[in-house]
Amino acid sequence: MTKQITVPFGPQHPVLPEPLHLDLVLEDEKVVDVIPTIGYVHRGLEKLVEKREYTEYVFIAERICGICSFIHSQTYVQGIEQIMGLEIPERAEYLRTIWGEYSRLHSHLLWLGLFADSMGFESVFMNAWRLREHILDDLESTTGGRVIQGVCKVGGVRKDVAPEKLDEMLKGLKNLEHELNELNNVFLFDQSMKHRLKGIGKLSSEDAYQLGAVGPTARGSGLAIDIRETGYGAFGKINFRPVVEHGGDSYARCAVRAKEMFTSIDIIEQCIKKIPDGPVDMKVTGAPDGEYFSRTEQPRGEVIHYIKGNGKKNLVRHRVRTPTFTNIPPLVTLLKGCELADVPVIVLSIDPCIGCAER
Amino acid sequence: MEPQTIVPITVGEVVQKAEQAKKDGCRLVLISCTKIDETFEIIYTYEKDLKLTNYRITVKQDDEIPSISGIYWGSFVYENEIHDLYGIHVKGINIDFKGTFYKTAIKHPFSVTITKEGDA
Repeated sequence: MTKQITVPFGPQHPVLPEPLHLDLVLEDEKVVDVIPTIGYVHRGLEKLVEKREYTEYVFIAERICGICSFIHSQTYVQGIEQIMGLEIPERAEYLRTIWGEYSRLHSHLLWLGLFADSMGFESVFMNAWRLREHILDDLESTTGGRVIQGVCKVGGVRKDVAPEKLDEMLKGLKNLEHELNELNNVFLFDQSMKHRLKGIGKLSSEDAYQLGAVGPTARGSGLAIDIRETGYGAFGKINFRPVVEHGGDSYARCAVRAKEMFTSIDIIEQCIKKIPDGPVDMKVTGAPDGEYFSRTEQPRGEVIHYIKGNGKKNLVRHRVRTPTFTNIPPLVTLLKGCELADVPVIVLSIDPCIGCAER
Repeated sequence: MEPQTIVPITVGEVVQKAEQAKKDGCRLVLISCTKIDETFEIIYTYEKDLKLTNYRITVKQDDEIPSISGIYWGSFVYENEIHDLYGIHVKGINIDFKGTFYKTAIKHPFSVTITKEGDA
């Protein structure tokens, strides 16, 4: 029997923007087992529901993550609104959907840059982040914030967007679509990329389902799991199909994200064309009394905010299950059997967000 | 928005419900724990075709709950989290970190162990 050795991967590693620790059990260069450990940035944010009123807590929910910040706040307020039986103005639903898709775009571009950088593909890294700046500029000019938007509130949104600005955003998206197309062609059809990604870190459709994979990790294995299909926000009035790839390898997961950016652009365009006039918020009185599992589709997959209130200003419980947390078991499975040199690429192919996972 | 219900079950039914969910082709969405006064509510959430099914058990601190990792392999992340953050013992986890899944510098405030003097 070949001698086994254990190599620690992380929590500090050049390809990891955030701390994740994996004990890799190796036989020669082959990974035969993986033991994950988290907890390095656990902040106990959920506990703060006991100290902040449910309306103030939106700002904390948004700070669970610096990338999916807007969608966290949207998921939280959506759960509160559901418990309280609030029908928010339609225009607010459309604006939330637009900002949510902008968040997906900037997250996928951030990932694309980091992923390319991890493989030494510096030109893709720089161009992805250059394009991301346009998205962040639009987020900033419409919400006031680049990373933390602070625009969601229970009962709607805090800011409206003028029709002229919406037209300007449409034009910007057209340019972005063109540039993204060029970037994706370089990224997805480059021989080195294919050589590095195809057949690496395979996850079968059945394993992905049984292990609880979500987001591009699941869709890259042929599973059409996309919570946007439940119709939350304005998605019930928008035509779109989830991007699904059937390769199950690192290349398929990358391709899903690359193609999803065009879906996001299309969704935003539809929203801008259909957005109705009217108010963007409503008066809210009382406090939530009940419980609800609020679900949305983050860039990394399904996020769940479990909210339980007892009619008082402070919630009894707020529990967040993030996509990265549920993608840990699939990560363990797809690392088994790979070569040590492929571990960084495979880890980044699920686009882990540890800040989210640990709350 | 989707209507949701949470069905109360006993600890003895946890494994049976998990087996049934698996047989029905459901995926495990999450296991969630909430401390209510001196008891803990643990909710098992499954999903098929975008429809959630929730089962709730209510346990006390010293109760032991069975692991469903023999049915849903990926449940070890939730079960270790419940053990580490709330101090509830889960029997038979496939990958049992024995309290080291969350490497926090101090014990988590949710954990019952923090309330014991000098334990932090």
